Amino acid sequence: MSEATATKARRSSAGGARPLPGTARGRSLLKPVLLVLALVVMLALPLYVEEFWLRTGFAVFGAVVGAIGLNLLVGTTGQLSLAHAFFLAVGAVTYVFVSGESGGIGLADLSGLGLPPLLGLIAGVLLSGLAGLLFSPIAARLRGIYLGVASLGLVFIGQHVLNSWTSVTGGFNGRSAPEFSLFGFTFGNTDPDLFVLGVPFREAERLWYLGLVLALAAYLFARNLLRSRAGRALQTLRDSEVAASVMGVNVQRYKARVFLVSSMYAGLSGVMFALSIGSIAPESFGLEVSILYLAMIVLGGLGSVGGAALGAMFVSALPLIFQRYADTVPFVGGPGEGGLAAGEAARYLFGLAIILVVLFEPAGLAGLAGRFRRKARDPGGGRTTSRSSAATSSSTTSVPSDPPAQGSTT
Amino acid sequence: MTQFLSLLLNGVSLGAIYALIALGFVIIFKASEVVSFTHGSLLLLGAYSIARLSEPIGFFPAVLVGVAITALAAFLVERLIINRLRGAPVISLAIVTIGVDIILLTELIRRIGSDILNVPHPWGGGSFRIGDVGISENRLIATIVAAFLIGLFFLAFKYSSWGVSMRASAEDGETAALMGIKQGRVSALAWVVAGVLAGVAALFLVGSPTPGVSPSAYTVALRAFPAAILGGLDSTGGALVGGLLIGLAESFAAGYQDQLLFLGRGFGDVVPYIVMIGVLLFRPSGLFGTRELTRV
Repeated sequence: MSEATATKARRSSAGGARPLPGTARGRSLLKPVLLVLALVVMLALPLYVEEFWLRTGFAVFGAVVGAIGLNLLVGTTGQLSLAHAFFLAVGAVTYVFVSGESGGIGLADLSGLGLPPLLGLIAGVLLSGLAGLLFSPIAARLRGIYLGVASLGLVFIGQHVLNSWTSVTGGFNGRSAPEFSLFGFTFGNTDPDLFVLGVPFREAERLWYLGLVLALAAYLFARNLLRSRAGRALQTLRDSEVAASVMGVNVQRYKARVFLVSSMYAGLSGVMFALSIGSIAPESFGLEVSILYLAMIVLGGLGSVGGAALGAMFVSALPLIFQRYADTVPFVGGPGEGGLAAGEAARYLFGLAIILVVLFEPAGLAGLAGRFRRKARDPGGGRTTSRSSAATSSSTTSVPSDPPAQGSTT
Repeated sequence: MTQFLSLLLNGVSLGAIYALIALGFVIIFKASEVVSFTHGSLLLLGAYSIARLSEPIGFFPAVLVGVAITALAAFLVERLIINRLRGAPVISLAIVTIGVDIILLTELIRRIGSDILNVPHPWGGGSFRIGDVGISENRLIATIVAAFLIGLFFLAFKYSSWGVSMRASAEDGETAALMGIKQGRVSALAWVVAGVLAGVAALFLVGSPTPGVSPSAYTVALRAFPAAILGGLDSTGGALVGGLLIGLAESFAAGYQDQLLFLGRGFGDVVPYIVMIGVLLFRPSGLFGTRELTRV
């Protein structure tokens, strides 16, 4: 797969005299322009849209980070993990513990270190990574489905710890998350009061930018990782462990590292989740969360970073939007009005979408996008393109893999 | 000592139920290489059908119909989805069953709501005593029925033509197909058998000492996962041993929870997973699973 795209990229860069050289140059210009445009829109959005969308946006950014991390593990390396909710929980709890204040709420005696939130965020990411690293010796020994079920265990163990370690996690009722601040600038409603072009920048607006930066960083890091030597090694690992080890890839070490990276992503996502909800509770980190993350990456397209982001957007925003527009979406009603509750309607949709994606388009949304792009670029089916698409389609039937766009855009 | 004996007895009976569910996993895995994450909601479907139907048509017909519904659902999943994905990677297959599970579970939870549906077992909530050692009658009957079903299964697996063809296709699918064994039929039958086992397990799982049918039955069913994995996913005997081990571990952890308080309340619920991870550390393919060999 990567070879096919690599040769294709080389060909298109070397073949200046090939037909349609202008399109190639035009495309290389078009893409950054579009990206910049999208970025400008994202940056300007808080000036125009209402708070609901910004809050949803921050939740989506958090989910994007988590989904990219899970996709590195499941999509790129082929290690089925249902433990993502556990690593999210580690990140969120660490943040709340490190940055939260000691004190009691009701009967619960909470302890906290009261350190700056930035430290809490970093600690959350690191500790989550550490948890992944600790689990990786088990993970590296297990293959495929055994790993999937073993990681299921982590979620339940995590639930138990969340419920019983009251002084740190707040127990069954959870505890509130301290608001984020960066060198004295809080991401809360006031302090300092901030107006940009006459628009008050309150918590939702500030968090939007935080989320945008974090999600963008997560996206770029993962994309570069996949294009690096390590990324290629991970993909080889997914396709065949034997072949990978013959090629000189240290299987155990790479598996441990990808677990580390993936759970660090999850940790960051957990911290963002705590910030977006404003509190943490055990029920936010149940098996269902793991399954939803799995749904995100399957829908988006296994192995594709952009796909994971798309899937995360879809899965995390849909229930919220259904809830808000319950009156206008067909079949969906508010609680107690008959009809489906928003969460339920969304879940039916995810379930159905997963089945359809696995049955008909294993490369997910990213695969669909790639298909359209290929069609638009070359409606007649030129020699190079048809060969590369043949290579991809043959590889997607066996293992869902990267869309061809990923390698060829370089 | 009496406490120990009664925990032992309860553990065995719980283990027997787990073994039924785990056996279903293993049969499905052997026949179609699928790890069925649908099993938890299939079980809940069985329990729900039995509970809902026993009012209008009586208990025993309801059990028959409920088990049949569960088996039918399993059959449909196999025919409509799994059968079309023959040869797909194991992970894709597992994910697709998760998709089915999401739909089925959402629907069932919506129907059950926050109620606890009662299943009117004719044997009621009484308990059976030998001296000081007691066990609920429901569990006792469960153990007997499970032992009977498991025995029946192993006989069928060994001697019936279905059993032979299933073992053959689990051994080497391609060769079996060349010998005229219909893979699709073997796999469909395996799902039906697993559905029946899950339905029967559901019947007993929601009886005393459990209060009735509630969404938490799903979580209980999930604990059969460790049982199947512990024994080795492709070993039917392993499922039996795994089920018993998990049942015993859970029963003892719950029974001695006062001594284990430093680990937190409700520790019994997570013990199955801890046991599983512990075993997998030393035997990555479970206790009786075939080691995966790679030939270069």
